[in-house]
Amino acid sequence: MQLTGAQALIKSLEMEGVEVMFGLPGGAILPVYDPIIDSPIRHILVRHEQGAGHMAEGYAHATGRPGVAMVTSGPAATNIVTPLADAYMDSIPMVVVTGQVALPSIGTDAFQEVDTTGITMAVTKHNWLVTSAGDIPRVVKEAFHVATTGRPGPVLIDLPKDVANQTMEWHWPDAVDLPGYHPLTDGDPELIKAAARLIMDARQPVIYAGGGLLKARAAEALRELVELTGIHVVTTLMARGVFPDDHELALGMPGMHGNYTAVTALQRADLLITLGARFDDRVTGKVSAFAPDAKIIHVDIDPAELGKVRRPDVGIAGDCRLVVEEMVRAVRHLIDSGVTPPDRRAWRSTISGWQENYPLAYEAPVEGDALKPQMVLEHLRDSSPEDTIVVSGVGQHQMWTSQYWRFRHPYTWVNSGGLGTMGFSVPAAMGAKVGRPDRTVWAVDGDGCFQMTAQELVTASAERIPIKVAILNNAYLGMVRQWQEMFYEERYSEVYLSPDLPDYVGWAEAMGCVGMRVESPEEIQPAIDKANEIDDRPVVIDFRTDAREKVYPMVPAGASNSDIVVPPFQAGRHGEGGR
Amino acid sequence: MMAAVAGGPEAGASPDAHLHILTVLVENRFGVLARVAGLFARRGFNIYSLAVAPTEDERFSRLTIVVDVESTPLEQIRKQLDKLINVVRIDELSPTDAIQRELLLCTVRADAEVGDGVWAVVKDAGAWVLDTSAEAITVSLDAEPEVLDALEEALRPYGIVQLQRTGRIALPTL
Repeated sequence: MQLTGAQALIKSLEMEGVEVMFGLPGGAILPVYDPIIDSPIRHILVRHEQGAGHMAEGYAHATGRPGVAMVTSGPAATNIVTPLADAYMDSIPMVVVTGQVALPSIGTDAFQEVDTTGITMAVTKHNWLVTSAGDIPRVVKEAFHVATTGRPGPVLIDLPKDVANQTMEWHWPDAVDLPGYHPLTDGDPELIKAAARLIMDARQPVIYAGGGLLKARAAEALRELVELTGIHVVTTLMARGVFPDDHELALGMPGMHGNYTAVTALQRADLLITLGARFDDRVTGKVSAFAPDAKIIHVDIDPAELGKVRRPDVGIAGDCRLVVEEMVRAVRHLIDSGVTPPDRRAWRSTISGWQENYPLAYEAPVEGDALKPQMVLEHLRDSSPEDTIVVSGVGQHQMWTSQYWRFRHPYTWVNSGGLGTMGFSVPAAMGAKVGRPDRTVWAVDGDGCFQMTAQELVTASAERIPIKVAILNNAYLGMVRQWQEMFYEERYSEVYLSPDLPDYVGWAEAMGCVGMRVESPEEIQPAIDKANEIDDRPVVIDFRTDAREKVYPMVPAGASNSDIVVPPFQAGRHGEGGR
Repeated sequence: MMAAVAGGPEAGASPDAHLHILTVLVENRFGVLARVAGLFARRGFNIYSLAVAPTEDERFSRLTIVVDVESTPLEQIRKQLDKLINVVRIDELSPTDAIQRELLLCTVRADAEVGDGVWAVVKDAGAWVLDTSAEAITVSLDAEPEVLDALEEALRPYGIVQLQRTGRIALPTL
C-alpha cells in the first residue's frame, strides 16, 4: 500500500492507539492536516501552541497514556518548548510532532525555520528529524516506546514538509530496535533485601513518596507496604493522591510549603524510604542540612537519580511498583521469620504531637475582609465529587490547593511541579477533562496564571470541554508578593495586577463560558454549587481573595528544613518534639 | 626530559591521575556528537579532550572523552550519558589500565640559528619530519599523551609556529 508520509504519520499514530491530539496547523505541517479529516483521531484545535502542549500533558497526567500534540514549524515549535520542558521536568509521557521546512531548505534560514531538534534537545528525552518517509512508522513507534517506558518523558518528531509529501510503501515494524535504550524494570533482589532489613531496624522511619510511584502505577503496592510496616508517608507535590490523605499514616506534603509535621518528620527521621522521588531542592531545603540523621533507601527507575543529590545507603534502580512489591515480600519474610522492628511508639507520639500543635491553619477572616483563599478551597473540596480532578497553575494558589485539598485517589492532582509553569492550569485541565470526560475537573488558578493561557477557554467552549475554573484573584502575583513582603522589606516591585482589569466575568462570557464573581463568604457555596451543576460549558468563578494572605508554613529558600517558619499565630507553641 | 620522550614505563605516571577516560560507543547517527557535547555543557561537566571516529562496525562510532574527575563526579557523568538514547555502551578506563595514544603535529622554527638543536630533539623523540622549509619544519609523533607533552616542551624553546594535537584515544590493556 502506497501512502504519503503525511498519511503514514497519521496511520502510525492510529496504530499507537492515539484517540485524541491537540494542535494547530500551519505551513510546514499542512500536508499532515489533510489526512486528519479522514482519521478517527479527534483533533482539538487550540488557540496557541503552548496550550496544545499543556493539554497533552494534562491528558497524560489524568490517563497515564501519552499525550499527543502537533504543530507547525518555527514559532509554533518554539511555542511548544515550554510544555516540553515542563513535561521533561515532571516525567510526563508526551509525543510532539512539529512540521519543518523542506529538507533542501534546512539550514538556509527559510521562512518559519528554526532548528527544532537542536532547540528541544535539552528538554526532550529524545527527538528525531525524519529525513525519509519510509522511516516514519519506525520513528513513531520508537517515539512512543521511548516516551512511555523507563522514566517517562516528552519526545519530539520533526517532520520536513517534503518528507510528508513523499510516497512510501506502508509497513509497520514489529519491534523497536534501539541498541542504546534498555530501561530497567526489576530491582536487584539483594538490595531489596538489604532495604527490608533497614526498614525493620529503623526506629523513626518515614516513607518519602514521590511522583515516580504514580508513573509506575504503584499506589496499591505503596499502600500494602505502609499497612504492613505501619510507617508514616509524606507525599510530595508530584505524588499527591498516591496515598489517601485521610489515612491515619498520611502526613501530607513536605517541602518549602509542606506542613510542619511532614517537613519535620523527614528532618528527624532515622530512615527515609524514598520511592520515586528525587530530593528536589523544594523538598530538601538546604541539602547539607536535610534529614541529617537519616539513612536513605532510594528507589528510582532512573539510575542517574541515585546519588545525584543525596548518597543512598541502599540505592535500587528499578520500576517503583515492582520494587515496592518485592520490598513488601522481603519485609513480610523478615516478619514471618520472627524479626521485629524497634519500639516506635515514642516516634508515633512525637508525630501526633506535631500534628496537634502545628496543623495547617489560617486565621478566620474578620468582617469586611476579602475572602480567605483557603476557605474557598475548603468549600470547593467539600462540595465536589470525591474523585474530582484538580489542576493548578503555579504560585500561592497551587500550594494552598495541594495543602487544603484532601486527595483520596491517584491521578486526581495535576500540576506543574518541576518547571513551575505559570499558565499551566487552564489548558492542562482541558487535557485532563478530554481524557476523563466522566470526571469533574476543577482548575484552581491564580489571576496572574489565568491571564497567561485563558484564551484556551475559547477552545474549551468550541470543543465542548466543560472544565470549571476557580480564580483565586488577589490582584497580585501573589507568591512573588509574599517573597517581597518577607524578604525584601515589603518593597513591592511589579507585582500588582488589579482585581478587575480584566473583568474576569465579562472575559469568561466572551469566551463562551459561564462567568461568576464571588466577593463575600456567603456567596462561596452557592457559586460552587451552581458551577458543579453546569456540565455543558466551561465555568469561571472570580473569587476575590485577600492579597495579604501568605502561604504557611514556609522554609525560606536556602534555609534548613529545621528552620521552618510557621504562621505567626502558631509561633511560640512548643509541643512534644516541636521547636 | 629526553628520557621521558623515549617513552619508558614511567612515562604514564601521575600528572594525569585526576583525568579519567570514557570510551563511549554511540549509534552512528546525525547529531549524536551534539547530544553528547550538549549534555556535558548543560550539566556543567568539563570535557578535557574529545576524539570521535567510526569503529569497525559502521553502525557505531566511538567517542573517547577525557574528563577531569576532580571537578565533576564521574558516576553522575556516566549515568547521564547512559540516558542518551543513542549511547550504546560506556567503558571507563583509568589511565593506568589503558593503552593511550595521541597524535601531535607541530611546525617549529628550524632556521640556520636553531636548526641543529631542533633536528636533534626530533631525532631523539623518534618523531617524523613531514615537511621542511628554510625557516621551519613540520613534525609528527603518535605516542602516549605524556610523551607528546615532553616533546612539546622540548620544542618550545626553539619557537613553535603552530601545534595541533588530536586528543587521546584509548583501549583497555589486555
